[in-house]
This record gives sequence, C-alpha cells and structure tokens, in this order.
Amino acid sequence: MSDRLDVRKTYKLLINGAFPRSESGRSYEVTSAKGSFLANVAQGSRKDVRDAVTAARGAQSKWWNATAYNRGQVLYRLAEMAESRRDELAQHVALADGVNARTSQKTVSASIDRMVWYAGWTDKIAQVLGGTNPVAGPFFNFSIPVPSGVVGVISVQESSLLGFVDAVLAPICAGNTVVALASEARPTPAVLLGEMTASSDFPAGVLNIVTGFTGELAPVLAAHEDVDGIDLAGAALETVDELAALGAGSIKRVYRPLGKEDDPSIRRVRAFVETSTVWHTIGQ
Amino acid sequence: MSGRQLANSHLGSLEYDPAPESAAIAKVKPEYGLFIDGEFSDAESHEQFATVNPANEESLSMVAQAGAVDVDRAVGSARRAYDKVWSKTTGAQRSKYLFRIARLIQERSRELAVVETLDNGKPIRESRDVDIPLAAAHFFYYAGWADKLDYAGFGVDPQPLGVAGQIIPWNFPLLMAAWKLAPALAAGNTCVLKPAETTPLSALVLAEILEQAELPPGVVNIITGDGSTGAALVDHPDVDKIAFTGSTEVGRLIQQRTAASHKHLTLELGGKGANIVFDDAPIDEMIEGIIDGIFFNQGHVCCAGSRLLVQESVADEVLRRLVRRVEQLRVGDPLDKNTDVGAINSAAQLLRIRELTAFGESEGATRYTSSCELPQKGYWFAPTVFADVAQSHRIAREEIFGPVLSVLTFRTPEEAVAKANNTNYGLACGVWSEKGSRTLWVAERLRAGVIWANTYNRFDPTSPFGGMRESGFGREGGRHGLEAYLDV
Repeated sequence: MSDRLDVRKTYKLLINGAFPRSESGRSYEVTSAKGSFLANVAQGSRKDVRDAVTAARGAQSKWWNATAYNRGQVLYRLAEMAESRRDELAQHVALADGVNARTSQKTVSASIDRMVWYAGWTDKIAQVLGGTNPVAGPFFNFSIPVPSGVVGVISVQESSLLGFVDAVLAPICAGNTVVALASEARPTPAVLLGEMTASSDFPAGVLNIVTGFTGELAPVLAAHEDVDGIDLAGAALETVDELAALGAGSIKRVYRPLGKEDDPSIRRVRAFVETSTVWHTIGQ
Repeated sequence: MSGRQLANSHLGSLEYDPAPESAAIAKVKPEYGLFIDGEFSDAESHEQFATVNPANEESLSMVAQAGAVDVDRAVGSARRAYDKVWSKTTGAQRSKYLFRIARLIQERSRELAVVETLDNGKPIRESRDVDIPLAAAHFFYYAGWADKLDYAGFGVDPQPLGVAGQIIPWNFPLLMAAWKLAPALAAGNTCVLKPAETTPLSALVLAEILEQAELPPGVVNIITGDGSTGAALVDHPDVDKIAFTGSTEVGRLIQQRTAASHKHLTLELGGKGANIVFDDAPIDEMIEGIIDGIFFNQGHVCCAGSRLLVQESVADEVLRRLVRRVEQLRVGDPLDKNTDVGAINSAAQLLRIRELTAFGESEGATRYTSSCELPQKGYWFAPTVFADVAQSHRIAREEIFGPVLSVLTFRTPEEAVAKANNTNYGLACGVWSEKGSRTLWVAERLRAGVIWANTYNRFDPTSPFGGMRESGFGREGGRHGLEAYLDV
C-alpha cells in the first residue's frame, strides 16, 4: 500500500455550466450507505434553485433550436463519457447505494444504455408523437410535439444513478431543459454525471443540478412560476399531493411515476411535450 | 457575346487558384477481396477487375469479381449469422453496433470523402459535405430505432425478414450503402451488399469499419462484381429480401425474376423530376435551386430536377439567368475544393448522355452548353441546358442521368401539374413559389414520392425517400424506411 494521501473532490452544484458552491455557503454531510463519511456536499438554497431555473430558461430555446440530430449526438457523447469513466461511476454508486461491485457495474451499464436509448429518441419523437391530420377542408394540417420548456426533476431517492439519468434525460431529449434535485442522501453519482456533461458538448444550462434537502427545495421548484413541468419521482410520499398542488399555480405538467420504472419507456418524454398543430391553406 | 464573355464581363478575372485535396489521404490499397464472414478473401475464380478514377482514367485498385459460388458463400454466411447471432442479439445491442459504425464513419470521414471522389468523380465538396456526413447520420438515426421498433407503428415486436440482398448504384456509393445497411441491421436482418461495379471502394473501406466496430462476422457481407454478381444475388433461393437502387430497366428485370418467389422487394429506380417555377418565386434562390437540382453530382441523381417547368411570364428571364449561371460553374478536377461539377462516372454513362443530348438537338430543342474547358483525360460533359423542349422530346421523357436540363413552359397551375405528371416516373418534384397555399395545392396533385418546396435535393435520414409509379416502391429513410426490412 502506498502511503500517499488521496486528493478528495469537492461536490458542488451545477448551474449554467459552472460548478458553484451553494450561494448560502451551506453544506451537509453525506455518508456512504454503510455510514462512513463521503463528502460535505453543497446544500443548495432557494436562491440556488431560482438561479438554476433562470439558467435553464436561458438555455431552453437554444437547446430546442439545435437540430434533433445534434441533440442526439450530444446525448450519445454523454454515453461515451460515462462509458470511459464507468469505474468511477460504479464506485460512486457502490458507496452511495451500498451495493457490491457487480451490482454497481450493472447499474452503470443500465444507466449508460439508458443514455443511448434517449440519444436515439431525439429525432424520432416527432415521428412517433406527431403527424398530419386529414381535416375536412382545403387545409394541410399537422401536429408536432414541442417541449414544455423548463422541467423540474425531484430525482428518485433510492436509485442514485439510473433513476437520475432516466428522469433528467427524458425531458432533455425532447428539447426541455432541466433543474434537478439530486437524491438527498445519495447525491454523489448525480454530481459526477453532471461533471461529465461538461465534457459532452452539453450547452450550459441544459442540465442544472442542485444538491441539498429535498423537503426544503422541492416546494420551491414545484411552486416556481417559470417552471413548466415537474417530475415528482423523488418526493416523499406524504408530500407528493402537496407538491402537485403547488404545481397547479402555474399549470405545470406534473409527472407522478407509476411505481418502479426500471424499463426504458417514453412515458417521461410524453409527460413533458406539448402538441402544436399548424393549419395551412391549400389553394391555387 | 458568348455566355463566358458575359460572365467574365461581370466578374472580371475572378479565378480561383487550385485547392486540391491530396489523393494520398484515401490510402487506397492495390487490391481488395470480398468481405465475407468477417474476412477479406479472393473470389473463388481469383478473377479481378480494375476500378478506375473517371477524372483521369487511371486504375485505382483491383477488386474481386464475385461469381455465383462467392454469392452463395456470402448468402450462407449471412444466413448463419442471422440464425446463430443476429436474430438473438437484442435491439439495444444492435443499436450500439450501429452507433459505433456511425462514429467510425465520422472519424474516417476525410479519408472516405477522398475515396469517394477518386472512385466516383464527384466534387470533393459534395463527398465531404453531403455523402459522408449523411451516411454517418443514417447510421445514427437507425441506431436509435433498433431498440424502439415497438414504437415504429408496425405493431408489437415486429420481426425482421432474414437475409437481405442489397444492390446499390454508383452515384452515391457510401450513402446508398448506409441507406441499405442501417435500416436492415436496425430491424434485425443480415445483409449481402453488392456495390456498383464502377464504385466499389468506399463500401470496402466500410467493411474495414465494420471490422473496427467488431460487428459479428457474417452480419454484413460485401461482395464486388458486375451485373452478373447482382443477378446471382437476386436469384439466390436463400435470400429473403432484395433491395435495389438503380435504373428502371434493371428494376423491372429484378421484379420479374423475383415475381414467383417468396422474396420481399423494394425498388428505388429512375426519375425525371420536374422543377416547377411560378412567377412569384424569389429569383436568386430559385436559380440556385434549379442549378443545384440538376448539376449536383453531375446530374447523376435519380431525383434530379431534370425538367424545368417555368411559368411563361418569367421564362425568358429565368432562361437568361440560368445560362449565365451555367457558364460560371467550375468544371474540372473533382479533388479541387472549388469544383462545382466533376467527372462523369464512366465511359458508358458518358456515351448515353451524348446520345440523348444529340436527340435533343435533332428533335428541335435549343442547346446552351457551357464553354468551360474540359480536361483532356477522363470522362467529362459540359453542363448543358436545352430550351424550347416539347413534352414529346426524348430529352423530356428519358432519364439522362447527366448534367443536362430540359426547359419547358406552362401558363396555369393545372398545366404545370399536368406536365409534371406527364411521365412514367414519379420520384421527385420541386415547386418554387412564395405562395404556400398554391405550393401545397400543387404538391397534393403531383404524383411523386418526394416534393421539395423552394429547395431541391434535400436529404435527411429522418425523411422517407422513394418513388411512385416506375420510379419504384418502398421507402428509405425515416420511420417508413423500417417497413422495408420488417415482416409486417
């Protein structure tokens, strides 16, 4: 054994492509599933959430105006980055979730495959969810799915990586930008993934991650007037209805998962797209 | 004043210095074998033929001439790979192989662009900016479908057909290989691909890429040869699907030969695309669009806008500006980054273009040909526009597949539609007008698989492409492109 001291990482927020500490200066202790010290993770504040929403709003039109092909390339690039750093991810998952190496590697594999799954969706959503409508008149009428806008994600608490990947990439692949609250007790895999987006051509602000106390931050996100949709996967059961009601303030699209969602699907994609229908006259 | 003098009087001595891409980038090998069961091997007969650079008639490489025995070996390899490996490979796994292939094409894009230009004669600007990026994009797009077939609209768990025999043309060699292979593999088929006799090289580089991607042996087999190789593939009893892109003449033969078999068939054949110009069209964009529609890839494009239908009120001005623009096209060394129009792909094709254009003159059309200097060696044809063309003229009815535009006129939208549809083909049309409702009115009435409005020759992996009538059946690209390779 070497007696070299390792250099430990500071786990920070991801807001608008930068990695700030919480503006509040707060942090909280995160331990491994077995109880040993892992890190003092930034404890995000209401202000951090609001800054993240501003960043997401600022990035949204640019992200949506990129071609679907380009968005797919960016998501696929994230899969490439994750694959090349899979051992690091697996270590994070093993510590955070308290699983053995084999299980953590399986989780990482499933998470990377989920990235590939969503990378392939970007340029197919319109073909599956959109179409032309044969209206009874001289009109060319077609419906296209467009993103809701800014989506707040309260990431599932137990699945520190796969649950996070699924919840954030579904809205992102459809052209939304995201403010995600990472799992409160197991935030480090999500923070690492956020760092990977920095080397994956993700435009700043497309994915913003706030770590901290879900009970404190989730209501802020759910009530924020400039958030268009919210995924409540990680909200405590007794708070879900309340958060959903807060979302009603700005008529948010609210996604409440149906139990355990391990298999890839497009439910989360559909949750955060709108249908835009265009009528165009036909005539000489 | 000749067209050239006219052009020069405006542009002075605005000439470009040569900016050639290096042929060495292509790293072309002296010879290539057949890619069967994951390995390169000689043809059983050891027969080879030269593939030639059409820009200078020099031999680029020797490639194997696959005979019936080799075809049988390739189909056997595809069948084994289908039964033992590919049909048991999950959609998610197939997806990842296709993503790998897409990335490898991107990584080797410069090499592939030069290979394509050397072998085909097309300008490097086009192979670099169109052929190769689109080929990669096709693999990317269908990679994403492989694990999403349940969502494609063909029912739950749609099944592949089995072994697909794919025969592709020489005008977009790598791109056509991508159009064929990507959806077939995504849907779960294995493939035997036969590139065109005159342009085998990029498909053979693709074979190397498949090796780098570690695609299981036999999932894709690439066999080079002439028409007899293609015929043997079409006739092979263990092939479940034939996909052919090429002439209507050969497509008809293939349909006849497979008529009494179990084989599924899709055909992407010739065309005589009408580019319809209304008097309100923005003239600068429209002239560029017409030029691009017919002179892109030397007019070796099945969907080329080879018939210009222009509204009478603007016909004189459009023709005048077209002739002037044709004079400005830079014809020459395909490897030069400034070249607009490259070499005709083969001596045989050049002969056909010459024959048909001779009919143009003898039947009474007025010919304008660019006064550009043509290189001494190689196969070249100067960009040409025919005015005063009647619908009965051969140059208005037959596919020339070269840099030759026939100009006709019309007065009303009804007449434009009637003339555009007055063809046995039905691949593509263009409509140029600022009035969207009229464009859609015309588009509804055109019997063509693809209609471009205020643009031409646009291709995208998400967009279905294919013909009506004698331009063939089946679609490539988009969600629809999967249907050609699914048993649905």
